[in-house]
Formats: sequence, structure tokens, C-alpha cells
Amino acid sequence: MFKKKECVAMLLAGGQGSRLYTLTETMAKPAVQFGGKYRIIDFPLSNCVNSGIDTVGVLTQYQPLVLNEYIGNGEPWDLDKSSGGVHVLPPYQGKKGSDWYKGTANAIYQNINFIKRYSPKVVLILSGDHIYKMNYSKMIREHLKNEADCTIAVLKVPMDQAKRFGILNTDDKNRIVDFEEKPAHPKSNNASMGIYVFSTDVLIKYLEMDEQDKESSNDFGKNIIPKMLDDGKKMYAFNFEGYWKDVGTISSLWESNMDLLGKNPKFNLFDKSWRIYYRHEQEPPQRINAGADVQNSFVTEGCNISGKVYNSVLSNSVTVEKGAIVRDSVIMSGVVIKSGAVVDYTIIDHDTVIGKDAEVGDGKENNKSPLVIGADITIPKKTRITGSIIVDHDNLDEVIGKGENK
Amino acid sequence: MNTLATGVIFSNIHDNTLHDLTRMRSTAAIPFGCRYRLIDFALSNMVNSGIFDVNIITHNNYHSLMDHIGSGKDWDLARRSGGVRFLPPFVTAYANAENSLYTTRLEALESVNYSISSFNSKYVILSDCDVVCNIDLREVLEKHIESEADVTFVVKRTKANPEMAKHSIFIDSDRKGNVTGFTYKPDRYDKEADVSLNITILNRSYLQEIVSEAISHHYWSLTRDIYMKDVSRKKYKVFKYKDPVAEFTSFEDYFNVSMELIKNEDFFNHLFGNPDRPIYTKIRNSAPTYFSKNSYVKDSLIADGCIIEGSVENSILFRGVKVGKDTVVMNSILFQDTFTGENVTLQYVVSDKDVVIRDGVSISGHSTMPVYIEKGRML
Repeated sequence: MFKKKECVAMLLAGGQGSRLYTLTETMAKPAVQFGGKYRIIDFPLSNCVNSGIDTVGVLTQYQPLVLNEYIGNGEPWDLDKSSGGVHVLPPYQGKKGSDWYKGTANAIYQNINFIKRYSPKVVLILSGDHIYKMNYSKMIREHLKNEADCTIAVLKVPMDQAKRFGILNTDDKNRIVDFEEKPAHPKSNNASMGIYVFSTDVLIKYLEMDEQDKESSNDFGKNIIPKMLDDGKKMYAFNFEGYWKDVGTISSLWESNMDLLGKNPKFNLFDKSWRIYYRHEQEPPQRINAGADVQNSFVTEGCNISGKVYNSVLSNSVTVEKGAIVRDSVIMSGVVIKSGAVVDYTIIDHDTVIGKDAEVGDGKENNKSPLVIGADITIPKKTRITGSIIVDHDNLDEVIGKGENK
Repeated sequence: MNTLATGVIFSNIHDNTLHDLTRMRSTAAIPFGCRYRLIDFALSNMVNSGIFDVNIITHNNYHSLMDHIGSGKDWDLARRSGGVRFLPPFVTAYANAENSLYTTRLEALESVNYSISSFNSKYVILSDCDVVCNIDLREVLEKHIESEADVTFVVKRTKANPEMAKHSIFIDSDRKGNVTGFTYKPDRYDKEADVSLNITILNRSYLQEIVSEAISHHYWSLTRDIYMKDVSRKKYKVFKYKDPVAEFTSFEDYFNVSMELIKNEDFFNHLFGNPDRPIYTKIRNSAPTYFSKNSYVKDSLIADGCIIEGSVENSILFRGVKVGKDTVVMNSILFQDTFTGENVTLQYVVSDKDVVIRDGVSISGHSTMPVYIEKGRML
């Protein structure tokens, strides 16, 4: 027997996130470190828990090891429950064969049985690559009040960016009249945030229909939503105000990290009324030694700082040696920056070593997007690497060869 | 799960030596080392040595301790079999004739005699909470088993001072490590000696024997009434611990040892830097620490969740501390959620949890006598 739930959340976490390049070489995008102590998936997961949703399916596919390990039994989010809780749902082999998840809708379709066992009134579909705080229960309440078949969360975006999003047009009662995926000439700036509430029976019906359609690419934005609109289903927009960022690209990931800094940050992690939970690593306190200078930055447990850190976000156990300078950068866990090295406008993935007196990145002024250095790489001493390039194990030798040796 | 050894932690034994800090809590719950409580060391040492069956004997004021431990899951001690168990004083088993709560380890053990007889391990490890170290108890246990001893005492070679001697037990042993005698809290002692760290391994059957003997004879002190009497009859061994330890016998000690964590990076790394033996503590889900523009921090230990706008030097900030603009914190220890406004000056101050220091206030102690501000005070 399964307890009936009002809402089951399905979190799409299978995407490769190819625009994050080397950062997603060994892990799915939702597992990428963010904001010093977090991973991207902590935000939708914490939003669920804070909204009173205790049953979450996490759909994984690409490089699931790190993500699976991270979610574990769900204990950090209080999702280790006797009924419900968090469940990782990978593609599986069934009686009629097996298939990878073909699209977002197909991923949910393959897990209809997970949804059915809790007989929820509504299903909440979430993406695993957005940074935001949102009370989903408000959206669900509005969905039920409107007796809607589907409710889509929307955010006003600057008009010139509207063509990057799915754009919704609504009537005066906020009912959706029109949906265009990435339109060349957007009619409004109401962008879909990729957060959907469906009435369960309607969702199941449309997923099954979509599965029959051989032409469909099995995607919510491209297929399910337009089809429902064509059929005249009751679809409403839910207006969201507040901070929301898709961290699918190197620049947006960097920007979103920077948005945490400042006296009145754009995105506040110190808010005790809406905590973001994360899987904790036991680390000692941070040591800030003589010669250190830390300004407008986040520093995390386990760090050992003797150098200068400006406008940067440092994850746990980062070492910045004497005389090293870190500026406008995002440094992930376990990175060592040796003495005299300069890191400027760079994202460095976990456990990489920047050698003595090396120079990595040549500043915000000279580049549109930050330099990226992959995980577990050693940059030899006195190497100079510039530009908005991606350094990973494959091109490391080439980059170092080209790098001017001081 | 079958376990070779069961842990027993005395959470209150030294309450009266650190009276300011233990007014609202037991010794075990004293904050130490920027983000820990003293019991974290005893608990982590046991867990890291494969002992997942741990009993905590409490006395009074143990709210704070229970709040800290919770279900024990942050130490991997929330388990179907074993795990952490609180043994509060058992009312009908008040150990002494005056019907007051226990004052010694032996009385404490008497009052939980029933629980001890239910341990299903062959060995019992007794540990106090006022010793800070990162010790591999597995090694001690192996030596204990190998030597077929009844009791193994963990000792540390120390140059004793008279103040410390008053609180300590010195253990004499021969070259083979057999205990030959005890010196119990001497008035004067200033030689180098093996001081008991109050981490002791006993065979459970012998421990039960001791406790029932103590009950029938109204024995009071484990060392004086049992160990000193049995030393010639039973096989007692010492385990000489070589790595650094910190002990507190006074508030000043507490302050100095804390400062030592900043100055002595080797000691810090020995305690916290071993990836195989991390020190666990309660998880608080705080954000990283934010250092604002124009903050100035050096030679300090900082926990997560702090917001620093002023200057911090040679100090320890626990989780969630706020240091306001133009505020100067020097040679101080600020416990969890201490809030300092703007233009505050703190020198040689230990502020307990949730202390609020208003704008412009200036407080100064001295290196030999730091000022203590009690929990929740607003100044």
C-alpha cells in the first residue's frame, strides 16, 4: 500500500549539459557544484521540501554516478521517508525492451508507474539546472483553484532575451492563449521557466498519446504543451517574481555565483526562512592566515587562505597559498592555488592544482566569458593561459604548449 | 550487529572545572574548535575506530547535549542495532546514601548498572569529554586484547604543573607497560609523568564485577577504591599515547588551548586533517561565510555561515557569527550566532551563544584573564 499524495514532483536531471563542457565531463549538470557548498540540484530539491512536497522522482541518465551518490537516501533534504521520499529513476529494461529517455516527456512516460502508485492529484515537473527559490505550493493551489489541466510558471525576462525562451501569451485571467518555443519575434516577454503542474490524469493521457506519435520528439515544450493548447485544454500561467537563473552555460553559471556576493546580494543564501539544504562533507573550520586578504567573497569550511581573494566563490577545502591572487573566479572543492599564482575570471573545477607563479585567465575586461579549467588537472608552474577557453585533459598539453612560459 | 567494544562517555564529570561554560550545559556540550562540541572528539574517535555502540551517561543540564546529538545521525550513530544511547541518572538507583546524583565515574556506572549488563560486547571503552585528541582506539583495543589485560589505561607523558596535578591521576608503570601504581590528584607534582587521559578499556566482565562490588561496599572512587586496590591482583596495562592532546582544567586553559589551534597549524592538522579520521559534528546547513568589501581577517579560524564586515584578528568565530562594520575583534572566541554591531571593540573576550553586542560597545579582557559573556546576554 502506498499513501496517497497530493503532489509528486518529477525532477529532470538526465541532461548532459554540453554547454558546460568539461564541468559535466564526469557528472550530470545538476551535480555541478554551486555557491561554495551546494550542487545545482539542491535548489529544486530544497524548494520541494520547503513547499511541503515529500515525494520526488529524480530522472537520471547521463553520468549518474556522482548524482546518485550525492542524493543517496535523501537524508540531507529530509527526504528519507517511510512513504515517499526521493527516488532516483534511471532508464530501465522492461518486458517490451529498454530505451534511453528520448525526451523530457518520454522520461516521465517511462516512469508513469512511479507516479501512479501515489495517486497524486497533480504532478510537478521540474528541471535540475535552475537556481531559484520558489514556493511550489502556491502554484499548486492556484492550479487547483483554476481547475486547470496544466499550469506553467512564467517569469518576465528582458524583451531582447525573450527569443531564447518558450514565450507564453495569456488573456486577462492569466489563461494561456498561445505558446511559442524560442520565437524569432516574441509577442511578449512572459518566459516559461520549465516548471509545470499537471493534473495527473490529463498528464498521463497526453504522455500516452505522445508516445503513439512517431513524429514527436517527446518533449514538453515542443510537443505536449502545444498539443494541449490545440485541444483547448485549460492552461494557466503562474507568475513568478524573484531571482531565477538557468545555469546551463559557462557565463550564466559564473554570473549566478557572483549574484550571491555583495551586501545585498541578488540571491541571498543566508535566508533562514527558505533554507537550501545540501549533503554535508565533514570539514574543519577555515583558516585565514597572516598575509590573507579576502574581499567580497564566499569562503567555505576546509579552506586554507594565505593569499588574496577578491570577488570570488570558494568551495570547501580550497588552498590559496601566500602571494597568490584569486579574482572574479569560481573555485570548486579541493583546488590548490600555489604561491604567486594569479587566477583571474576563471572557473576551476574540483581538485585541480594551479602551479607556482602560473597565470590563469586575463580578466573580465578582456573576455566575454570566463576561462574554464577542468577537474583533476595540474597546471605547471609559470604557465600562462589566457582567453575564454576550456581546458580539459584532452587539450591540456596543447594549451600548455601554446601557453607562454614566463 | 556484533560489536567488539561498547563505548561509554561520561558527559558531566568535569563540570566544576569549567564552571562558566557549564552553567547552562554539560562539559560534553562545550563549544570548542570553531564548530565542534567537546563530545564530538570522543564520539568521532569511537566511530572512526569502528565502535558504533555508544552510551552517553548524563547528569544534569543535558538539554544542550541532547539537542546537539539528536538521533546521532551526524556521527553515523543512528542505527537499528547499536548506535547512540543516552543513559540519564536512573531515579531508583541513586548511587549514594544521600539520594543525590552521582559525583564520580564509579557512582555513575552504578546508577546505570542495568544497562551495562545488557552490553553484548566483550570490551568496554570508558571516555571523558574534556580531552581533545584524535586517537585510533582500534590500536589501543588491539594492544589490550593482545596483552590479555583486564584494564588498559591511555596515558600521555606530560610535564605536570601543580594546578593540573590537582585534577589528574598519574600512572606508574614498568618497562613492559604493566601498571605498578597510581598517584591520585596529588597536591604537588611537578615532574614529568604519565597522566591518565581518562580513556580506559576494560573487559566487560571485570567492569560488571567492579560495579557490583562497588554497590555492595558503597565504593565511591574508581581509581582509589578499585584500581589502587586491584593493581597487584589484576593485569593493568598502559597505552602510551604519543600524538598531541589538549586538556582543560580551567577556563584559562580552555582559552589558551583554543588559541593554540590558531597558532599551531600542526596541532590543527593533526586533529582535523586526517581524511580517514574526520571529527564529526552536528550539521547546521549554513551558507558559506561572506567576507564583505573592506573586511580584514588574519590568523583566525572561521566557521561557515558568518558575515564579516569588520576586522578579525587572532580569533575564532563559530557558525553564524556576524561582525559589523568598523568592528574590531581581537584575541577572542565568539560562539555560535554571536552578533556584534558596528564600531564594537572586543579584546580577549569569550562570548557564549546568541550574545548580542550593540553598536559602539567596547569590551576588553587580558590574556591571562579573558572576559566571559554568558549565553544570550545583550550588551
